[in-house]
Amino acid sequence: MKKYLLRRLLQLIPMLLFISIVSFALIRLAPGDPVMSFVTPNMSPDDIERIRASMGLDQPLYLQYAYWLQNVLTGNLGYSLINHRPVLDLIVERIPATLGLMGCSLVLSLIIGITLGLVAALNKNKPIDRVLSFLSYIGISLPGLWFAMILIYVFSIQLHWLPSLGMRTIGVNSVWDVILHGVMPCLVLSITSIAVFMRYIRSSTISQLEEDYVNIQYAYGSTSTVILFRHVLRNVLLPVITILGLSLPEIITGAFIVESIFSWPGMGSLGINAVFSLDYPMIMGITMMSSFLLIFGNLLADMMYGVVDPRIKSMR
Amino acid sequence: MNRMRWTLLVSQLRTQKSALIALIILGIYVLAALAAPLAPHDPNTIHLDERLLPPSGQHWFGTDDNGRDYFARALYGARVSLSVGILAMLVSVTIGTIIGAISGYFGGKLDTFLMRSIDIGMSLPSFFLMLILNAYLKPGVVTIVLIIGLLSWMSISRIVRAETISVKEREYVLYARVSGQSTFRIIFRHIIPSIVPTIVVAATLNIAGVIMMESSLSFLGLGISPPDASWGSMLNNAKGYIGENPTLALFPGLLILTTVLAFNYLGDVFRAAFEPKVNRR
Repeated sequence: MKKYLLRRLLQLIPMLLFISIVSFALIRLAPGDPVMSFVTPNMSPDDIERIRASMGLDQPLYLQYAYWLQNVLTGNLGYSLINHRPVLDLIVERIPATLGLMGCSLVLSLIIGITLGLVAALNKNKPIDRVLSFLSYIGISLPGLWFAMILIYVFSIQLHWLPSLGMRTIGVNSVWDVILHGVMPCLVLSITSIAVFMRYIRSSTISQLEEDYVNIQYAYGSTSTVILFRHVLRNVLLPVITILGLSLPEIITGAFIVESIFSWPGMGSLGINAVFSLDYPMIMGITMMSSFLLIFGNLLADMMYGVVDPRIKSMR
Repeated sequence: MNRMRWTLLVSQLRTQKSALIALIILGIYVLAALAAPLAPHDPNTIHLDERLLPPSGQHWFGTDDNGRDYFARALYGARVSLSVGILAMLVSVTIGTIIGAISGYFGGKLDTFLMRSIDIGMSLPSFFLMLILNAYLKPGVVTIVLIIGLLSWMSISRIVRAETISVKEREYVLYARVSGQSTFRIIFRHIIPSIVPTIVVAATLNIAGVIMMESSLSFLGLGISPPDASWGSMLNNAKGYIGENPTLALFPGLLILTTVLAFNYLGDVFRAAFEPKVNRR
């Protein structure tokens, strides 16, 4: 296990290097000269060259990359072109809101997805299974942004039950207020994963119920409830961790869209705003951060899978 | 082998009415998109005295904030959304199939290298990269097709690779190799044709994903730009008028939903037909 962990951590190095190259390329690919954002009309060409030199932009590309990487490794992701604050600070401020939203959405999708999946599997091919299966197709095919608009129309504009923007009401500082603001973003972010989990749980429960060990348990006189909860469910739930890892990109993409629709003050809306204002250092920082999130999320899912399923551990 | 799979598919479509419905819906959308110029109104003519009208006999889907006929806009939007879906799918399926087949056929170091690169590629936040590239480059159908296509072939190549590995040991491939055919010919004449069903499934599901991505990009204002419209950019526009005229959001959303739903559903039906084991469940 330790060896495996070490190998996985070592594999991260080329990945992170590649991601850093992509992020660096993003600044260099950007249209326009990065120096121009520092230039004021009364500067002479000499001044401009001096700025260029002070930013290291007169050096060859590979050296620029090396300097940049060195800065990144010491936690300096540069300064936002828009409000001139360190990129890292701005991102760190936004992380709790995004992680909170993602966490809430994961919990919600797991609870609803597993429950509905089991209900569907135990009522295989009955009307309720068919209805749930149809709903799961809608869940997978529903454009999140449109679902968000419907929710806003119904619950904010018509019913006035829920606030449609932001995370807090100005001047109100209570947990309940944050929850009210979070209900719709969390629901929109969860809808696809609910459907994915439900479909997975349904099909794997059905195939587990056909296994020999289930028949043997019946032969020993176990009741179906005992078989389901003590034996089948274990085998069904373990791989969910992997699915969780696989649905991470989905959820990160979703967070960009959901946060921008609901003006949720997280990393996603920060990233979208940075794209619109062509704030390169910020764009780069967000790219790196979300890649980190993706890689470490997947690593975590793999690790957990190894921990909960002893069979995997011995296989490695 | 292949013919049997196609026969299975046809019988599957015949017995499963819902699959037929999905096909019919897509057929109608494609025909409507092709027939868009026959629409009674022009999609881009502005009538400021007819703003935000509800659906009526004259304007089937009502009018938008500039008094443009919403039905005509939806038809032209279908052209953009569907063609982006199909073209980007072609790009990603082509790249995915070639890379997957090469990786699976040659194996060894090349395979390891390609698969590790794909692992790395899949750890990038692709949607955010699409946003960035769209912001940098000149927006338009070609840009968006290339960006989506070039960033979404990885999962297809994994599937193709796995299939190639199982196919390359079959007798006819061995025979072709022994009889001295070139590697290029073996891959394109023997291996790829035999995994077409798998590719069809992946392609169908891929279109659904692409249409969804295009609509998200356009919704954020970074895809198709005005005055042209896709269903996603219509939603983007409708966002501002959701209180006054919610039908503006209703129609494009329903069109995206039903199209993506139909492709997802057909993808599953194809898979069930091609993999009889799944079929039984």
